[in-house]
Amino acid sequence: MSEVAADPALRLGLVGSPNSGKTTLFNALTGLRAKVGNYAGVTVERREGSVDLDGRRAVVIDLPGTYSLNVIGPDEAVVTRVLSGAVADVPPPDAIVFVADACSLDRSLLLVAQVLRLGLPACLVVTMMDELTARGGSLDVAHLERCLGIPVLGVVGHRGVGLDPLRRLLGHPEGWSRPAILPPDDAAERAGWAASVLESVLHVRPGRSATTDAIDRVVLHPVYGTLLFAVMMVLFFQLIFAWAQPAMDFLDDSMGALAEGLAAILPAGIVTELLTEGVIGGVGSVLVFLPQILLLFGLLYLLDDLGYMARAAFVIDRVMGRIGLEGRCFVSLLSSYACAVPGIMATRTIPSPRNRLATILVAPLMTCSARLPVYALLIGAFVPEKRVFGPLGLQGLVLLALYLLGAFTALAVAAILKKTLLRGEGLPFFMELPPYRVPTFRLWISQVWQSARAFLRRAGTIILLVSILLWASLHFPRIEATPDATPEAAAQLALEGSLAGRVGHALEPFIAPLGFDWKIGVGLVASLAAREVIVSTLAQVYAATDESLSLREAIRADRDPATGRAIFTPATVASLLVFFVYALQCTSTLAVMRRETNSWRWPAFAFTYLLALAYGASFVTYRVVGWLAPV
Amino acid sequence: MDDLPHDGTPLASLPVGGRGVILAVRAGDAVGQRLLDLGLVPGTPVEVLRRAPLGDPSVYELRGTQLCLRRSEAERVRVRRAP
Repeated sequence: MSEVAADPALRLGLVGSPNSGKTTLFNALTGLRAKVGNYAGVTVERREGSVDLDGRRAVVIDLPGTYSLNVIGPDEAVVTRVLSGAVADVPPPDAIVFVADACSLDRSLLLVAQVLRLGLPACLVVTMMDELTARGGSLDVAHLERCLGIPVLGVVGHRGVGLDPLRRLLGHPEGWSRPAILPPDDAAERAGWAASVLESVLHVRPGRSATTDAIDRVVLHPVYGTLLFAVMMVLFFQLIFAWAQPAMDFLDDSMGALAEGLAAILPAGIVTELLTEGVIGGVGSVLVFLPQILLLFGLLYLLDDLGYMARAAFVIDRVMGRIGLEGRCFVSLLSSYACAVPGIMATRTIPSPRNRLATILVAPLMTCSARLPVYALLIGAFVPEKRVFGPLGLQGLVLLALYLLGAFTALAVAAILKKTLLRGEGLPFFMELPPYRVPTFRLWISQVWQSARAFLRRAGTIILLVSILLWASLHFPRIEATPDATPEAAAQLALEGSLAGRVGHALEPFIAPLGFDWKIGVGLVASLAAREVIVSTLAQVYAATDESLSLREAIRADRDPATGRAIFTPATVASLLVFFVYALQCTSTLAVMRRETNSWRWPAFAFTYLLALAYGASFVTYRVVGWLAPV
Repeated sequence: MDDLPHDGTPLASLPVGGRGVILAVRAGDAVGQRLLDLGLVPGTPVEVLRRAPLGDPSVYELRGTQLCLRRSEAERVRVRRAP
């Protein structure tokens, strides 16, 4: 069969409902060689992998899980459009491999009926044959093959049972039998057809999984279930907020050491500075997200494969339903409290594209950890340390108020988006609670790996580029200080003369109504790299020797040279805090939004609406606080 | 299919542990079509397994799967209660 290698690759489309074991089978067939991308124009993940099937080169396309071919909206339409060859850069598959879970064949056959009517060569792979046996069921695979008129094969995907015969079968779709009579088209007749097929092939129906029932009695118990949910969510939060920190610090230190090492070896000069500060700093700003992403997706996929994430969504759905979202959005929003980058990536597990988009658009409103240094600086410098009520201090209350302001605005914006721009396409809310399953290490690791790789390749490149550009704008054009100037004064002079410094100056007329002067303007420009950068930039602007104590004193003491009035009045501080609650001052978040929505349109929309919100809210805050506390 | 028989009980009002057989689904729009496609067609046996701690949504067992539906969707389905 040597001439077969010259054939163009065979294209096989995997079709099946969510939880059918389709992804497990895809990973078992393709290993870690899958390519993950997006279908043009929709927020639907596209996954393909090339394999060798019985000596023949083939591309396996993992189509999004679906319950029906009667599609609602453009995102669901991807499956039918790919199958009919209507997607420009995706050639239609030569054959369909239908994947169905042995224990829910009853429901899967409804989709099989629709797929068979497409007329493409098709075969049926029945997964989780072991679970069927464990639940006391018995299926006559040979008879099912006769009933459907297409090849049928039983496998246990995660154990690799039946994969060799499957590879042999998949390699030769020309030889597959075709059904003599097509199943009916009408939903009720289709259900009748499925029932009659099942009647003759399923000797014993599987019972309900006793294990799943026993676990659910605890996991979905009104009291214990709620407690477990709370514990799990605290775990998610801790994971990104605190436990990722050592790894992030280590990466930060390593990049710093690498930069220092290189600076010591290379000749001093502009190229070395670009390399050590710009490039290595930029790479560092990409890598620093990896610990959070790996930890978040590690836990998320583990719990999802186990079957818990659907239960967690079930427990919290009522609350999220109030604002037009669904239970699955909760984890994303919660994760965004630590950082919007992993939070937005976690929206991948939200099945409804509109809910996913709404979650992506409001995630930056959750108070991420990058805002904390900014809040700490301003609150520490200007909010008096006094007890208000018991152990509650005024500083803590202000911080709490900022958190709540972000969260409530996020919920309000989500509700508004779902009523206007992202009004439902009439998709009903439904969710399957899969039986609990022990996840396989292989599948878990490949899912986590694919997420991290997608981040590095698609978002990382943008973050790297922007970091280098922002670094350059803070260092060019170069202004050399006189030799007798202190290092702080030299840095201050260099920053003022830089492009960012000039932009900060140019921005002054626009930000003056918010109570900001040009120094804050420079800080805002620099903070586009990451919010906390405003702290180190202000330190540079004020030629402060350290970022905590002397910077606090410096901004407290700063006076307008013309009027002699304080720059940081209560109104300005309040206005700046509110600005940081709202503005999307984070290019990494924008890059990830671009990656997840597959267009610049949504990040542009998010940036614009959040800037408008920040500007408006800061303007009002500046006036109101200025009126309440005149200087 | 818009007129529902008056003799059925809405699926949403079955108590936890209650069983029934689907009589009709209010179809005619995308939501109804999807419920039919999910296998909620007349003649299908269904059982209420549990409700979420906050009272909504609920888990229904049908066609060998556990399906979670909100009250608003379950209202569209009429069942004949089994004793």
